[in-house]
Formats: sequence, C-alpha cells, structure tokens
Amino acid sequence: MRYLNLPTLAITAALSLPIVANASEADLQKQINELKARLDVTTEVIESSASTNKSTGGSKVQIGGYGEMHYNNLNGKGGAADKTEMDFHRFVLFFGYEFSDTIRFFSEVEIEHALASSSASGEVELEQAYIEFDINKQHRVKAGVFLIPVGIINETHEPNTFYGVERNPVEKNIIPSTWWEGGTALSGEFAKGWQYDVSLTSGLDLGTTGTTKVRSGRQKVSNAQAKSLMTAARVKWTGVPGLELAATVTHQDDYTQGLGTKNSAQLIETHAVWQKNGFALRALYASWKVDGQTSGYDKQKGYYIEPSYKFTDKVGVFARYNQYDNQAGDSSQNGEKKQTDIGVNYWPHPDVVIKADYQSQDNANNSDQNGFNLGIGYQF
Amino acid sequence: MKFLFILLIFSTSFPLWARGTYQEPTEFLAETFQNNVPKASVIWLSGEVRKDVSEILTHKPNGLRVRYWVKDKKSAWILEEIGKTEPITIGFVINNNEIIQTKVLIFRESRGSEIRHDFFTRQFSNAKLTTENKLDRTIDGITGATLSVRALTRLSRVALYLNNQRLTKNDTP
Repeated sequence: MRYLNLPTLAITAALSLPIVANASEADLQKQINELKARLDVTTEVIESSASTNKSTGGSKVQIGGYGEMHYNNLNGKGGAADKTEMDFHRFVLFFGYEFSDTIRFFSEVEIEHALASSSASGEVELEQAYIEFDINKQHRVKAGVFLIPVGIINETHEPNTFYGVERNPVEKNIIPSTWWEGGTALSGEFAKGWQYDVSLTSGLDLGTTGTTKVRSGRQKVSNAQAKSLMTAARVKWTGVPGLELAATVTHQDDYTQGLGTKNSAQLIETHAVWQKNGFALRALYASWKVDGQTSGYDKQKGYYIEPSYKFTDKVGVFARYNQYDNQAGDSSQNGEKKQTDIGVNYWPHPDVVIKADYQSQDNANNSDQNGFNLGIGYQF
Repeated sequence: MKFLFILLIFSTSFPLWARGTYQEPTEFLAETFQNNVPKASVIWLSGEVRKDVSEILTHKPNGLRVRYWVKDKKSAWILEEIGKTEPITIGFVINNNEIIQTKVLIFRESRGSEIRHDFFTRQFSNAKLTTENKLDRTIDGITGATLSVRALTRLSRVALYLNNQRLTKNDTP
C-alpha cells in the first residue's frame, strides 16, 4: 500500500481551495493571494523534501566512482612483444560516510583488468579506506589506508583529469603510482595558499635480492611487513590561480623489513603544474636513493614534461616527453627508457573523456613498443 | 613531532579556515546592502529558464525557484552547488550585468578550499555572460580543486543568467 507523502498532501491541500462561481473581483483577488501563499508553502515543503533526499546534505552516504577502458595497438621490436589488447583497465567505486560534521569515512575499491582470478592478471584492490577527523578548521588527521601525498596523479587520477590513455610511465615506474599505504597522516594549511601533509605509514618491502624496482616493493597493505615504517612529507603551494608547486620527501630506515642487511630508501619528488587560459604545462622529477642495491638499482629516477592546449571546453591536445631509469646507478645496465607521447582528449561532458594517443619509445636496450592507444573514461 | 607542533602553533595564528562557514548568508546580505537588506524576490526555475540552468549546471537544479535580493541596479544571489560530494554555498553581487563580488560563504568539501581565497575569486570580477551563457573569460583552475573550481564557475554563470532573466521577466516578490 502506498501512503501519500508530505509534498503530495501539501499540493492536495493547496488545490482544495473552493472556487466560487460568482465571486466578486475582491473575492477573486483574495483567493489568488491565498493560492499564492499556499503555493509558497507547497514549494518550501517540496524543496525541503528534495534537499533531504539528495545524495548529499540529507544522506550521510556518498557514492562515486570512475573507470577507463583501453585499446592498445603496439608493435614490439628488439625483443619487445607486440601488444594488441582491449582492457577494462580500472573500475572504481567510492563510498563515503559522514559520521558527523568533523568525522568522516572515505573508501575506494578498484577492480583492475576486469577479471581477478588465479589465472587472470586482474586484481581487486582496496586503495583507500580511512577515517578522517577535523582537528580544527585548518588541520585534519586521518588513519587507515590512503594514497601517499606525492606526485601529480597519485591522488588525482580520474581519467578525465589527465591527458593520455595510459598514465605517464614516470609516475608509474618511479614514484610508483598508484601508491597507497596504511597508517596515519596530518594535513592542512599553514598559510594562505600553502598546504602540508605529513604521514607515518607502512612502507616498501624490496626484499633482499638487491635488484628490485621500487614499484615491486609495494605491499598494498595486505598483511604488509611493518617492522620498518615510512615517513612522508609534502609541501604544496597554490597561491596563484593555475599554478601548483609541490615537493615530497619520503624516508624508510629498512626496506628489507628486518630480513636482510638494514638499508634505507629515500624519495625526493617535485613538480609544477601551470594552467593559463587553454595552455597547461606539467613537469615532474622524482629520484630514489636505495642504499645497498646493486646493478644500478640503488638509484631510480625519472622526469617528464607535458605541454598541452585546450582549444575549447571539449577538445585538447598534448605532447609528453618521459625519461626514466630504474637502474640509474649504473649506466652500463642500459636501463634508461625514453618515451614520447602525442594525443588528443575529447570531453563530450566534463566527466566523460575519449582519448587517443601515439607513443614512441627509444629505450637504451633497444627494446621498444611503438603504436597507438585509444581509451574512454568517466567519473561521477 | 617538534616540527608538527611548531607547524600547528604557527598555522593557528593565521586567520584562515579550510572547511566551514566563512560568512553567514545573512551577514553577506547585510554587508552588501549596508544593513538595509531589501525584501527577497524569487525567480522560478521553470520552462526555458529551467532548461538553460540545467545546461549550465550539466544537471537539473534541485530547487524550484531561486531567491535574490535587489536594490537599485545591484542584485545579490546566494547559490549552492556540489563540488565533489558536498554543497558549496557562494554569494554573488551583480551590478550592470557584471559580477562585482564573489564570496565563498560555506565550504563543506574536504579538498579544494583554496577557491575561497581572494587570489582565486578576483578572477570573476567584472565577468559578464556571453550570448552562449558562458563567461566572457577563462578561469584558471587550481590543481586538485578541479571540481570546486567547476562548481564555482557554473554558479557564476547561473547568477548572471538569472540576473538577465529577472531584468527581462520582472518576477514577482
């Protein structure tokens, strides 16, 4: 059985005003005024009902998400494999809950490569799940699983917010994005346009082989070894519209997590983002010092520079030059990778993007994958 | 820890807020009209107006009407739009079809609060609407605050559009 809700009752009441057939002009004016008053009341009831039913404001639960599907058509040479694939690379759902005005929960669950099983390459990942508390109006603290405050795309990586089908290889292989850990962090503002983040979290486990890429050391907070924690600190300045300058340092005393000779790892990362009218420029540099590693893995570094131009709200083009090396401590290892990308983004809606790009590699080991990529992505 | 402590002490001495109410809407109106706030008028979001506002916002507006305050050629508008998950309340003052003041009154999001600073909102000073209901200028964004910037920009267009509508339609108070 359906019950009449409050707006319906209000409308019914408003329309129930009796119409008098032979009313005088004064009576009609009186009725009009009364109808206007009732209409005001009805509108307020409906608007009030709408505000308590919308996903925010009334409800404490927030739902969002993003996703992206890619088509890669790459030709391998020098021993590199061809790659002709269709992949729903990421399907992500956000869930948040407001416990109160000062305490909230946020989470991000991701399915990578569409299928996760023992025989498939996909993964189901919990990339964020934390409780955040406002200390005061300037500062907040959070605890749980969260993204490390580093780089340009580690925290903001919805597909409609960056150029290129695939995320840039420098942040992927050097930072390494997407990088999340479990622990606690303090964030806030300390002056106009200045923000800071400091965190104490689980860290990398690079093992004891001495020849490990930092990306392979991510433990993803899954029964993560935590004998040696990691500290990270970021300072960011956004004091001029369109400009962001930021720097992050991380330090971990022992990346073997107590299983080998104690050796430390430090990352220094800095970047600039500048947007002016349709023009934008992104530049990033990141460098790891990983003590005790051999074969050049003791130094892993890279940079990229990406100019772009947005002709309209819907169409933009970009070019990006990437250079990185996971064995930069020894140039004889031929670990240096160079990649140039050019492409176009088309936004039929600000939250929906269609992408195309061409990539050309010039790697020191002559093993390259060149070709084009297509993608579609969204966020809500 | 010593660094954190110093940072906290240092920062609490600055008059800035990340989340919360910067100015009550009633105070904004009192300031705009020198404590002589006119009676509120309303404009209904129906027909073509609703369609145009929906296009600007890229979604249907939540309300059925919008209140505004007008005195001489100056009108004040208090509008809300969701950035990422929470509504942002912004006050606009329009004179001669130009925005003369933009003020973030209440910010409820966790990120993107930089849009409240003068260095950002001053980009909207003297902004007008084109015939395509767009701003006559490009607004430079803030990295990491894209959705808040987008919400503020949309609302500035809505305020200018509704101001044009009130001038042509003369809605009843």
